[in-house]
Amino acid sequence: MITTSTFDSRPAYGGLSLDERAKSHLVVAEGDGASAVLDAFEDAPPSLARTTLLYAGPDGMAVRLAILGAAEFRRTSGRLDLMNRLDEVFATSKMGARLYVAGTESFIGEVIAKAATYGVVPQSVIAEQRGSLARRVQCVHCKHVDEEVTATPYACGGCGQSLFVRDHFSRRHAAFQGVRVDAEVPGEIPAAEELVQ
Amino acid sequence: MSGGVEIPVVVSDIEQATPTVRRFRLTAASGQPLPHFAAGSHVVVMMESGERIIRNAYSLVDRAEDGSSYSIGVLKTRDSRGGSRFMHERVEVGSRLKISMPVNLFPVFAPGRRHLLVAGGIGVTPIYAMADELKRQGADYEIHYAVRDEAHGAFVGELRERHGDRLTLYRSDLSEVLAVREILPGQPFGTHLYVCGPQGMIDAVLEGGREAGWPKEHLHSEHFQAPPSGDPFSARLAKAGITCEVRSDQSLLEALEEAGVDAPFLCRGGACGQCEVAVVDADGELVHNDHYLSEDERSSGRKIMLCVSRLKGRELVLDL
Ligand SMILES: Cc1cc2nc3c(=O)[nH]c(=O)nc-3n(C[C@H](O)[C@H](O)[C@H](O)COP(=O)(O)OP(=O)(O)OC[C@H]3O[C@@H](n4cnc5c(N)ncnc54)[C@H](O)[C@@H]3O)c2cc1C
Ligand code: FES
Repeated sequence: MITTSTFDSRPAYGGLSLDERAKSHLVVAEGDGASAVLDAFEDAPPSLARTTLLYAGPDGMAVRLAILGAAEFRRTSGRLDLMNRLDEVFATSKMGARLYVAGTESFIGEVIAKAATYGVVPQSVIAEQRGSLARRVQCVHCKHVDEEVTATPYACGGCGQSLFVRDHFSRRHAAFQGVRVDAEVPGEIPAAEELVQ
Repeated sequence: MSGGVEIPVVVSDIEQATPTVRRFRLTAASGQPLPHFAAGSHVVVMMESGERIIRNAYSLVDRAEDGSSYSIGVLKTRDSRGGSRFMHERVEVGSRLKISMPVNLFPVFAPGRRHLLVAGGIGVTPIYAMADELKRQGADYEIHYAVRDEAHGAFVGELRERHGDRLTLYRSDLSEVLAVREILPGQPFGTHLYVCGPQGMIDAVLEGGREAGWPKEHLHSEHFQAPPSGDPFSARLAKAGITCEVRSDQSLLEALEEAGVDAPFLCRGGACGQCEVAVVDADGELVHNDHYLSEDERSSGRKIMLCVSRLKGRELVLDL
């Protein structure tokens, strides 16, 4: 039975911790997410022998991940390349594999959304947010998703309306909700506030 | 009627599916179409037995294409104190019953890449509906069904006809064992498993799944739990100022209903959470038989599920 609710409030992601019972580990990270991977996997050599690690990010971190000792390590040229590579990995993986993601909220959201198209339950993905605290927000009106939103209200990239970022995170859409700020009094738009310190 | 809306139905057909299972076709008395339901749903069937109203949950097997009827499959349980015996011995074509709105605590996870449906005995009822739904959607699925022997496997013929070699039958009279270890390996990433059957089977399948490294979110189960018996005790409702006695062969929920209390429920099987009530005081040990409360909530002693849980003690005071 699926008992997990669709809407969880912050904190959105609990942090990387190894699923000891998984037969293999699919680990994907971007940018500062590498440090979360190092924290969780550095002392787990037996698990690393069953780990596929994909990374998009700067040289320094890539080198540290490369020498971690994962059975398979692949550094991709960027997010797009990583996402394409991920399709191949998901298409050929078997149950028993556990998916881990580390990086910004927008990166985590994109990976979870892709996994979901393969039937993976978003709540089963082990994730940790590192790096930019900017939010991934979906407009409830036009369904457009804006990445890296740092202030509320902001202008929706889809319909252009001024959206207030609600403090409710949808695991299913891997995004916060943006709702029209001037629904009550059209045109009355408060000054923008920083979302992230 | 705190189970919500009650729908009057007439029994329009009864089929002896196996020596111990009957399928009942329940037709809406109003002539209006019955609500659509998603596979895995059940209804609570209300039976007027004369002395009392028996309320049991039964999974929906199918819905007629025109919506005029549902069917359910009922196993006559050996030491039934009521409901299933009533359905087998007293219900005839033309009998009137009431049912609740369908409730789904065992849904198919539609985006799943593949679906493994595992049934043991009467647990086949929701699995039947799920297999139909998946077939309609053109999804990828397998049915694994464990039965005592061919004659005791409800709906085997129909399942074979509809699903061909997607169905694997395990007959214990031929020493065929449904071993979860054999059906889990090699399943594509994104596969979901659903199991319904005896508790021992559910436990073994879920544990086998975790052992094979499957996330718990991909392992779905439903247990047809009837309220376990226990020692009698009394229940005092702090707000209503009523005290009632709970007999050993009665659930707390049934005792409250008998006393005229309109208590909330949906599944009556310890799964949905609807009947959760705060415990004000208990002079004994709470016996939790549900699948809903967390370990922490159980040990806190501050919550109880009316439909299946009891007190081992003298008096339970509820915030009702
Ligand atoms: C979600 C769900 C779906 C189900 N689907 C199906 C299905 O498709 N087919 C099927 O055959 N069964 C199904 N069941 C089981 C079904 O609801 C009954 O539990 C079963 O038929 C046995 O009921 P009974 O009345 O014969 O036996 P009993 O267990 O004797 O129940 C009779 C009535 O008395 C009460 N009762 C009985 N014994 C006790 C006791 N010791 N202490 C307190 N109260 C007691 C019960 O609440 C019940 O209302 C399902 C159960 C659930 C929870
Ligand atoms: S009625 Fe569903 S848990 Fe009690």
